[in-house]
Amino acid sequence: MVENQTSSAQQPAKAAGSAHAIDLKKVSKAFGPVQANKDIDLTVKRNSIHGIVGENGAGKSTLMSILYGFYTADSGEIWVNGQLVKIKDSSHALELGIGMVHQHFMLVENFTVLENIILGAEGEFLLDSSKAKARDELTRLAKDYGLDVDPDALIEDLSVGQEQRVEILKALYRGADVLILDEPTGVLTPTEADQLFRILEQLRDEGKTIILITHKLREIMAVTDTVSVMRQGEMVGTIATADTSPEQLAEMMVGRRVLLRVDKTPAKPGDVVLEVKNLSVTDEIGVPRVKDVSFNVKAGEIVGIAGVAGNGQSQLLRAISGMEAPLLGDVRINGELVRFEGDDSAAKVREMGLAHVPEDRLKMGLVTQFQEWENSLLGYHDSEKYGSGPFLSVKDAIADAEKRIEMFDIRPRNPRLKTANFSGGNQQKVVLAREMDRELDVLVVGQPTRGVDIGAIEFIHKQIIELRDQGKAVLLVSVELDEIRALSDRVLVMFDGEIVTELAPDATERDFGLSMAGVDPKEGA
Amino acid sequence: MDATDIILLLDSSVRLAVPLLLACLAGLYSERSGIVDIGLEGKMLGAAFAAAATAAVTGNVWLGLLAAMAVSTFMSMIHALASINFRGNQIISGVALNFLAAGFTVFLGHAWFRRGGTTPNLRPDERFSTIDLPFAQEFGQVPIIGEIYEQLLSGHSIIVYFAFLAVPVTAFVLFRTRFGLRLRAVGENPKALDTAGMSVSLLRYQALIITGLLCGVAGAYLSTAQGANFSENMTSGRGFIALAALIFAKWRPWQAMWTCLLFGVLSASQIRLQGVEFPMIGEVPVQFIQALPYILTVVLLAGFIGRAKAPKAIGQPYVKER
Repeated sequence: MVENQTSSAQQPAKAAGSAHAIDLKKVSKAFGPVQANKDIDLTVKRNSIHGIVGENGAGKSTLMSILYGFYTADSGEIWVNGQLVKIKDSSHALELGIGMVHQHFMLVENFTVLENIILGAEGEFLLDSSKAKARDELTRLAKDYGLDVDPDALIEDLSVGQEQRVEILKALYRGADVLILDEPTGVLTPTEADQLFRILEQLRDEGKTIILITHKLREIMAVTDTVSVMRQGEMVGTIATADTSPEQLAEMMVGRRVLLRVDKTPAKPGDVVLEVKNLSVTDEIGVPRVKDVSFNVKAGEIVGIAGVAGNGQSQLLRAISGMEAPLLGDVRINGELVRFEGDDSAAKVREMGLAHVPEDRLKMGLVTQFQEWENSLLGYHDSEKYGSGPFLSVKDAIADAEKRIEMFDIRPRNPRLKTANFSGGNQQKVVLAREMDRELDVLVVGQPTRGVDIGAIEFIHKQIIELRDQGKAVLLVSVELDEIRALSDRVLVMFDGEIVTELAPDATERDFGLSMAGVDPKEGA
Repeated sequence: MDATDIILLLDSSVRLAVPLLLACLAGLYSERSGIVDIGLEGKMLGAAFAAAATAAVTGNVWLGLLAAMAVSTFMSMIHALASINFRGNQIISGVALNFLAAGFTVFLGHAWFRRGGTTPNLRPDERFSTIDLPFAQEFGQVPIIGEIYEQLLSGHSIIVYFAFLAVPVTAFVLFRTRFGLRLRAVGENPKALDTAGMSVSLLRYQALIITGLLCGVAGAYLSTAQGANFSENMTSGRGFIALAALIFAKWRPWQAMWTCLLFGVLSASQIRLQGVEFPMIGEVPVQFIQALPYILTVVLLAGFIGRAKAPKAIGQPYVKER
């Protein structure tokens, strides 16, 4: 569909004879006793979008790091464009036309877009001429691939989606023919993700080869031509995307059938536990983010709050959990009014029976430099149970941490291990175990499975349902619509700080789509 | 105080600012690359001793300067080894270098010259002499403008001119060259360089070599241009003031120059204020006057700096593994 063919002149000459951009043969890599990659074979066809899926820790990122020269393989062969190569380092990979967009962007925040793009590929000693050259090249790339970014904007002023474009431009500017994207949508809103997919399709149509690493099956189905599945360091198989289904891929990823649909019985709602009335919250610069929101959550039901990220969900969570005082309105727990006074309202809210799993475990839920048992203790540290006066009974704290590790199947089973060394899914379990193990009437949980692998998602979902079946109230905030629909008994859709409507979890895609765009389908045209 | 007094005050401010400025620029290269350099003081001290000792023994001040730069760069490389290769704590490494310099200079001074830790006094031809700009004497007769030319601009040693030339050069290198771009990047996000196929260690080593060379010049200035010998602890905290000036200047070369000149003015006024009777207060104890520049440093740093954004990766050893 792309008419612009001018860019073909700029592409490096391709080695004749090979339709494969990349061929990996029996590639292995071990880190100490851990075999991260074992005899991996992978063929990536030129001009295709090739997905690589697998759970966290399946070895996807390691494999791509080998291809990008970050690690060297212990054994095996790498063929690029039909030629056997030994990739020494990242600059060598770049010379071979392999570019990488990392999961965490490798950008200098206080540099301009232009400076970031030329960094390492400046050419001349003086910057002025290389900047001028890069500016022309950027205009061309923007035209060819629809990658518009202001070259003079500072990175710190850009949105995440724009930063990602800069990363892609960086790779293209260095002449990348094969573009590796590592979990590119983890930080994007759904709209930004769709834009990214369009860009990737355009890049493919213009002759580039894309390797997409992800653990989200929806993305694989939406954008890839071919998909390879990895599990525990091994390659399980490669299939054409058109010939497979999410269920089949999920099964290949975890090696057993996964419940993408959660089994649950109908809710038996009891009394109102959490009541939010006319709540309005402003952000730190005074912009209203939650506008006159009212709802309640009853015992024994899960109320989901759906919506595109950034529509006030974060501020709503912060107010309900006592982290931030609302501008107006009341929050009641078991009929008792929450008083937002002093700095300890979050602690008071907890005493009133509310447990809170914050939406960002790294920023709010955990101290990653702490050992696991220390994180497990947070929020209980004043409790008489763990010693008296200024003294802490480490033995009791560790014993309880071990109990929670058992309950939530946290791996590795070592409370002395630094929390940063746990995988995302297990870190999330640490937070969940800590919050769900207290005396609680209502659980408020934000993005419970963000950046969590499928096995852990299933486990976490089960735990939340179980809590509901014990007669607790649950407020679930998530930007993953599938998750909201699978777990919730009622769904409230938030848009621009307001609750647009209430939907049943089995409402149509169209109704959800409309309401997430701010239109109430019941009133809508 | 008339115009001539002010010009003379500024003239001595410039002289006092020079070692600060050189050390400050030295620190700028190091810190922009992401390595904290609290060892500026020690490097200056070691360099001052090396310059004075070499000049005294050989009679050649240029050899003295060379020795100063060599010693200071050597010390900077120890810091590099500890901070870059061994990923040690940069503060501790810097403090260790300061102690090393404080002890070693006195020890070697005793051992070599037997004069209680000082080096022999240098003859005028063994020091950096002052350079008179053309027609300085003649212009000096013209009030104010001529006096500025004669007193303020003319009659300094070559190191003074070098120091002020180093400011625009540093600014140019930092913001207009490839090296500068990479230097700034490595202090902000070393991973960005690494993933773009450049060596973080190499860049940091390059930066620390420049730091060593500039500190060497600063030290040589103290003992062979401003002074005529080395005496125990003759840097007396200038390295730390330079570090404070660097923060105050927010790691920028031109602001660094103005900040160092400000500290120069404070130090120069301090000398002039000693023994002066103040109305209402009377004579202030000399110790208090001497402490004034330091007190003002603290006040300025605490109160007037605003938000100083340090290079983001400063002080963190770079580990490649993810």
